Order: sequence, then C-alpha cells, then structure tokens
Amino acid sequence: MSTSTTCKATGLRCRECSHEYELAPIYTCEWCFGPLEVMYDYDAIKSSISRESIANGPDSIWRYAELLPSSRDAAVDLGAGFTPLVRADRLAAALGLGELWIKNDTLNPTNSFKDRVVAVALSRALEFGFKTVACASTGNLANSVAAHAAHAGLKSYVFVPSNLESGKIVTTAVYGGNVVAVEGNYDNVNKLCAELAGMYPWAFVNVNVRPYYAEGSKTLAYEVAEQLGWQTPDHVVVPMASGSLLTKIDKGFRELHKVGLLDDEPQVRVSGAQALGCSPIATAFLDGADAIKPVKPDTIAKSLAIGNPADGYFALDVVRSTGGGMAAVTDDEVVEAMLLLARTEGIFAETAGGVTIATLKRLAEQGVIKSNERVVAYVTGHGLKTLDAVVPVAKPTATIAPNIEAFHAAFNIEEN
Amino acid sequence: MSVTVRIPSQLRELSGGAAEVSLEAGTVQSILKALDAAHPGLGARLFDDAGALRRFVNVFVAEEDIRFLDGVDTVIEDGQVVSIVPAVAGG
Repeated sequence: MSTSTTCKATGLRCRECSHEYELAPIYTCEWCFGPLEVMYDYDAIKSSISRESIANGPDSIWRYAELLPSSRDAAVDLGAGFTPLVRADRLAAALGLGELWIKNDTLNPTNSFKDRVVAVALSRALEFGFKTVACASTGNLANSVAAHAAHAGLKSYVFVPSNLESGKIVTTAVYGGNVVAVEGNYDNVNKLCAELAGMYPWAFVNVNVRPYYAEGSKTLAYEVAEQLGWQTPDHVVVPMASGSLLTKIDKGFRELHKVGLLDDEPQVRVSGAQALGCSPIATAFLDGADAIKPVKPDTIAKSLAIGNPADGYFALDVVRSTGGGMAAVTDDEVVEAMLLLARTEGIFAETAGGVTIATLKRLAEQGVIKSNERVVAYVTGHGLKTLDAVVPVAKPTATIAPNIEAFHAAFNIEEN
Repeated sequence: MSVTVRIPSQLRELSGGAAEVSLEAGTVQSILKALDAAHPGLGARLFDDAGALRRFVNVFVAEEDIRFLDGVDTVIEDGQVVSIVPAVAGG
C-alpha cells in the first residue's frame, strides 16, 4: 500500500450503502454490489494544497496529484491533461449563446480524455504491483491503455467490440500488446471482462481498478476552474456513456471548494449528452423515471455506445439536483454538429463531440442553457478517430485539371 | 435437469469458494432463491429489502441480460448458464 506523502486517499466507500474498504484493487461492494468510490483526507489536502503549489506543478493532470488516488512519484506520465480551454465566440453566436468555451480534450497524448483516467489507473496499478493491464473499450480507452502500457513497460490485453471503427483498432494495435476483437457489442465485452477480472491477476482499468481510474476525470473540472482564473462555469455540457465522466466533473468542482481553492461554493448546472441510438440515461431523465432501462446501442457515436450505463443513476442525480438538462440527439444532428464545431471554431471532434455540441444546440434552443450563462462544453475525443462519420460530407470543393483555366472554371473568384 | 450458475468473485466467500454452482432448472427468481437456500446469506446480497433484484446486480442467461428477457421471471432451460455480474462502467 502506498504511504507516499502526496497521496491523500484513505480508503474506498460504497456509493449505495456506505460500507468502507481499504485501498485495494476492488470495485464492487460485497454487500450490495454498489460501486466503490475513493475517499480522501480533505483536511490534509486543504492544509497542503494552494493555487500557487498547483501553478508550480507540471503542465499535466499531475499538477493536481494531491486530489488523485496515486502519488505523483509513481505516475505513468505521457503528458495527459492541461488541454486548451478555447473561447468559442463564433459557435456561441451561431447558437444564440453568450460566453461559451470549448474544453478541447482532443489534444491529449492519444487524443481523448481517456488518457486522464488511464494515467491514474496505471499509476495505481503499478503501486498495487500489477504487471499486466487490461480493459473493455469502445475504442478511446483501448488506444490509451495500449499507449500507456507501452510507456510503462506493462503487458496489456485490450478487449474491443469487433465492429469498432478500423481506425481505432489500428491506433490500439500500433502500440503492441494484445488486442482482442470480441464478436459482440460493448456490453458483451464488458461482461466478459468482468468475468475475466475474477480469473486473472490483471488490472482491468475499468473493472477492478475502476474506483481509481474514474477519479482521473475530475481533472477536467480542476483544469477548467483554474483556466477560468479559479472560477467555475455556470453550466457545463458533458457527453455520457456510463455516466461516470459527468459525475466526476461535478465532484471535481465541489472538491475544489472543499479544499479551499474556490472562494465561493460552486453552483454549476450540469447537462448530459447522449445519442438517440444509445440514450438510456437521457431517456430516463426525459421520462422523469428513476429506473434506467438498458438498450442495444445503434449509433455512430460508438465511444458513447454503452447500453447498460453503470453510473447512470448517479448522473441522473447530478443533472436533476443541479438543474441541468439532457438530450438524445440523432446521428444526423451529430454529424451536423461536428461540422458546425469544425467550421466555426477549427476544432475537429469525434462523433461523441458531435453529440455534445448537438446537445448544446438543442438545450440552447429549449432555453435550458441561457445566453447569460458562462458555458463550457467538453469535447473529449479527436475527429480523426471517427473519420467514417464525415467522409460523405467532407470532400474536395472541386477536382480540377492542373491548370489555371480549370481553376477559373471551377471558381468564380471576385476578391483576392 | 440442471443449470450452471456462475458466482462472481465478490460472492464466493458465501459459496464456499465455488465459482460455479449447479441447480435445478426454473426461473431466475427460483434459481436465485435456491442459491440462497444452498448458501445462506447470498440472497441478501442480490435482493433488496423489498425483494427486488439490487440495481447494480446484473444477471445474464445464455449471455443475454435478463432485462432484455423476462427479468427475474425469465425461464432457464436445462443446460443453460446463468451469470451474476456486478455492473461495470467503461469507455
């Protein structure tokens, strides 16, 4: 067990029944099967952390190491985090919004926010003494686990649905390690991994070390607050697959106040984005239901295609209690939104980013997101990962012979 | 007439360490109750005080989530495998 002075994690607690456990590679409460969450000694963090100590840290998630369940000394570090927060005035104008920012998390080492969670998970896995890491993935996690495992010299087994975009297979297999294409959807892959996790002494980042892994997402809240000059947004829009990212962003803002880094208690409205073809959480929200019914995913937003979202209940609680909204957007809206973001702001997001921006647009039209709010939309994966989605709509403007006449025939240029 | 029930590692303390248990065919409900009778204490981990399956307990019959079938009334036939799997999140 780590006794590093920088790690202030004290144990695990069940989110359902509050049973407590020691820090260990476990993820489920033995009593009620509820998910376990990391506890911290917040008083100790408060007395040792400051805006200055953070500013003096590295330009990565590890500047917030004291709020993570792994010590900075043991960090597996490819440079995840500290991605740009981009002011998006042109997109805001197109959507009738006021102050809008894009958290451009496409600019991570493997081009998605998963590098944040994987860096934390693998650091903790090393501290636990694991030699092999594994994951069930819709693609982005696969990329990140394979890359970080290579960097740390760990063996890896990455399980993905066999129908995944070919690009995401390539960008995983290139790092070596074992890539297992499973004939089934993500939920089938996940179930297989949950069973394998009980059989092999491996760190499955989203299974037995998930409590640690999930904490890495909090850095998306920390960074936004720091980048806004230690202020919080009024409203955030977050994509939802399992729902974990959304709940951890909410937790991150609250923790900053708890440890004295924010002057005022944050009042951040949190809204969640899903694709209509896989919208179990948004459907429950829009129906006013408490139960989440699993679905069989059918959407181009494969990185969000989790039909049985384990953290969906907690995401519902966060969105309802903060006065946020949710939307389930069509695949056509997703592609339109990918183009809108690219063409107004120069940011190329994967389909999941299209889901986020399409939801931002929908909620703005519905008046859920208001023009007087400071809004941050989280764009969590790069468009190069899901090229297939835009191949039909992003083509050459013209194809011409290599001479001036042909150019003039194709383009009637009036200005120069 | 029997079915195989796969026990997750979290519950093996209560199944005497067994990873699989053979039980008479029936519905999910009857089989899980039989499991509880054979290994007292297991039922309380799976069902809440109102008798409903806990919301983070996933049960699969022949690799299919019972919420896509008939829930706890799903009939399990001779030779089929029932898996009890904790919910996991992913990405």
